[in-house]
Amino acid sequence: MSAVDLLIVGAGPAGMAAAVVARRHGLDVLVVDDQPAPGGQIWRSVETVAASPRGARLGDSYLAGASRAAAFRSGGAAYEPGAQLWQIEPGFRAFVTSGDKARTVSARAVILATGAQERPVPFPGWTLPGVLTVGAGQILLKTADQVPEKPVWIAGSGPLPLLYMTQLLAAGGKVAGFLDTTPPGRLGAALRHLPAALGKAGDLWKGVAWTLALKRAGVKTVKHVAEIEARGEGRLQSLRYRRQGGAWQETPAEVLLVHEGLVPSIHAPLALDCKVEWRHDQRCYAPVLDGWGESSQPGLFVAGDGAGIAGAIAAEHRGTLAGLAVAARLGKVSAAMAEAEAAPARKVLERELAFRPFLDALYEPRPQVFAPPDETVVCRCEEVTAGTLRARAAVGRPGTNQVKAFTRAGMGPCQGRQCGYTVMHILGSAQNRPPEALGFYRIRPPLKPVTLGELAALEQPDNAA
Amino acid sequence: MFRKLHDPGPSAVTVLIDGKAVSAEAGENLAALLLRQPEGWNRTSTVSQSPRAPYCMMGVCFECLAEVDGVGSVQTCLTTVRDGMRVSRQLGRRMLSA
Repeated sequence: MSAVDLLIVGAGPAGMAAAVVARRHGLDVLVVDDQPAPGGQIWRSVETVAASPRGARLGDSYLAGASRAAAFRSGGAAYEPGAQLWQIEPGFRAFVTSGDKARTVSARAVILATGAQERPVPFPGWTLPGVLTVGAGQILLKTADQVPEKPVWIAGSGPLPLLYMTQLLAAGGKVAGFLDTTPPGRLGAALRHLPAALGKAGDLWKGVAWTLALKRAGVKTVKHVAEIEARGEGRLQSLRYRRQGGAWQETPAEVLLVHEGLVPSIHAPLALDCKVEWRHDQRCYAPVLDGWGESSQPGLFVAGDGAGIAGAIAAEHRGTLAGLAVAARLGKVSAAMAEAEAAPARKVLERELAFRPFLDALYEPRPQVFAPPDETVVCRCEEVTAGTLRARAAVGRPGTNQVKAFTRAGMGPCQGRQCGYTVMHILGSAQNRPPEALGFYRIRPPLKPVTLGELAALEQPDNAA
Repeated sequence: MFRKLHDPGPSAVTVLIDGKAVSAEAGENLAALLLRQPEGWNRTSTVSQSPRAPYCMMGVCFECLAEVDGVGSVQTCLTTVRDGMRVSRQLGRRMLSA
């Protein structure tokens, strides 16, 4: 068993920033990350791509990751890519698998910088090959310089589809059409948050510029799309869509990319019994944290989008704050010094967070995201449909975990990452209760599947200890 | 389903997918390679045996599972290709075998 002062899980903007500041204050730091290179999802493959011609096509926000990765590499933190965390015990003892070997690491403090995932968007046919998330499309562009072979359909709401389409067009890809699922009236609802968002006028302008560029490029846009269906035998062959109460339109399609915003990755905090709160503004759970990012479990911090969706800049500064707090806790810096060093980070974070209510109101997911038709597969792993869940929901007001036991929804390898929120909403709606009254699945280790061989190879706990 | 915008050139490696040799760029992601194959799928689901393909590309959905060098249920989106790597599409539920 190896021992460090600080274990950081995730090498995206938050994890890298936390590692840099913790190292500067002399902490012994280990960073584990499931990706093969630092950068997280936002800066995926940035070390190799930034220098290539395709780096420029991905834009300045992407290229900014190269200097962060360099600072992280030279900061002196031990870094283990390709490593999956699957359990943390109080105290802390973390269980990590890399290659085909599992091992344990003891740490005096832990920062979870595990980021976000795209909000699951269930609709009939979403399990067909050819349906992916917009984030997946963007990862393929960043890491593999890969675009859909034929003009691609994009359906969704939020900044990411706009950014991906502009990047795709710059790379020479083609968009068949953009089904904008933002419901009517969202802009009006968002406008009251505009004054607070003006501190980030540059980002507001970016959004406008993307929209104008797509218009100039002649991208067909259908606004206020409420329902989508993917159809095909064994793969996506056609796509149906309609506005609220409108007539269905059908079009041939080979690839459809969907996106309805992001949600924090909460499996690790949930498994560790960290207190979480329902964030109605972002329609998801987020851990309850203090101003440094410390959770209800002392010594366990959450930084980055895992703390609530706020973007890469906020993630970095949350990482810095968490790193400082651990340095102060372990006596490497005085509380007063840590507070002084935190001040600039807090200021930036405040500005970034002030921008979110505008974006959250503008891109609040359409209600259909949480109420898919009966034939929709909700749990992709165990193939449980919305209809089955609704039938179960009607008998005896079962909770999320009961329905999991009855139907196997949430028992597959993804452990509810693709169905948890949908199940909460379906049960809540059938029982006339708000989704947060149902709660998320009880999350237990292992957080990622582990083989018996990996478990058997674990060393025994130190007899000396 | 997808195509690569540049030619890997001399850095190409060979990966065997269900015994068929395909060319890949050194250091690239295995799920990305699978999405360039005409078959367009990497496993069949455990209940209805319907074909599935990579969906999230970031390790959370577990749709991209395949058998890699004899190990089942590997997340191909978290796997980097290696020269001579043997990949098999995975059919239905995993079984314990002798």
